[in-house]
Amino acid sequence: MCATCGCGEEGAKATVINMQTGKHVHVHVQHDHTHDHEHSHEHTHDHEHSHEHTHDPSHDHTHDHEHAHQGSRTITLEEKILAKNDRLAERNRGYFEALNVLALNLVSAPGSGKTTLLERTINDLKSQMQFSVIEGDQATVNDAERIKTTGVKVVQINTGAGCHLDAEMLARGVKQLDPQENSVVMIENVGNLVCPALFDLGEKCKIAVLSVTEGEDKPIKYPHMFRAAEVLLLNKVDLLPYLEFDMEACKKYALSVNPGLKIIEISATKGDGLSVWYQWLKDNL
Amino acid sequence: MHELGITQDIVAFVTEKAGGQKVIRLKLQIGALSAIVPDAIRFCFDVCADGTPLMGATLEIEEVAGRGKCNICAAEMPLSLLAGICECGSGDIKCVAGQELLIREMEVV
Repeated sequence: MCATCGCGEEGAKATVINMQTGKHVHVHVQHDHTHDHEHSHEHTHDHEHSHEHTHDPSHDHTHDHEHAHQGSRTITLEEKILAKNDRLAERNRGYFEALNVLALNLVSAPGSGKTTLLERTINDLKSQMQFSVIEGDQATVNDAERIKTTGVKVVQINTGAGCHLDAEMLARGVKQLDPQENSVVMIENVGNLVCPALFDLGEKCKIAVLSVTEGEDKPIKYPHMFRAAEVLLLNKVDLLPYLEFDMEACKKYALSVNPGLKIIEISATKGDGLSVWYQWLKDNL
Repeated sequence: MHELGITQDIVAFVTEKAGGQKVIRLKLQIGALSAIVPDAIRFCFDVCADGTPLMGATLEIEEVAGRGKCNICAAEMPLSLLAGICECGSGDIKCVAGQELLIREMEVV
């Protein structure tokens, strides 16, 4: 059990950590109970979770299934499964629009260079535009610490067992972040090429990052993500001389799942192509 | 495993709609191109339903096959991925079925 709020661990789906103040907030699945408290880094979730749960996995399901059980009623629901997330995402979108904030959801596999790209982008452009950052990871504040060195506001969301950010977590994170008007909010999603594609956060668009060390067929192996993105940044192009990466095939695969995708070749460490990416940011703010 | 969180949301929504009545059957519709794995939902359902009005309910999942329509020649075709190539040679294909994710109905007593 969480020592602070008394919630069961299964109730807390994420922790939001404000890197400026040290505050942390739990995001719960079933209820909206949150609490603010000073974040002491010794946050131990000790719990004696002795919950007797005898569930026989070999139970026989041999009931004769009749659609009208006696005395039962069938109620039509026709609710989209992701409706709750989509509603919350629209609220976030309205908030961003009211502040004229450009919110971008960066998605990729782990290790594609999202954090390096953010550090470089912020350092190169911070005299021209305001940035703040939401970092999503299953655990640690390592990425948020890296972003903090650029001098911009950053909030870390740890999703624990969760494999993606959702609109509710983002709403909590943005409340802590308190972004300025006419600024850019960069949301670095959990490194994962599957789940983040499904969850609208209220961003203007998704930016997919694919590093050339990953192989050119990623767009057709993980089509949902490349279809959901508006821009594809092909990162680490400085390594191309050492790799057998077929750039044209990669672009062809990406365009086959998303004919409208804008593709920019970059190197976040060496600077190749970044001027094109920066121009895209300026055009969209 | 986004299916765990999604199943928790489904159980929370249906619990609210059931308003204290016991749910004995729940029917979902899941498209083959929705990136949700029906078996993973089934796996999570018993765990998520435990201790709720959905405990012991039968979970029915209606699966919808993927279909695409060519934006160039308007031909329809089965889709096993979100992308494909039409017989006319075009890769500009719109998904017209298979992305469904719906909570269709519940049976209560």
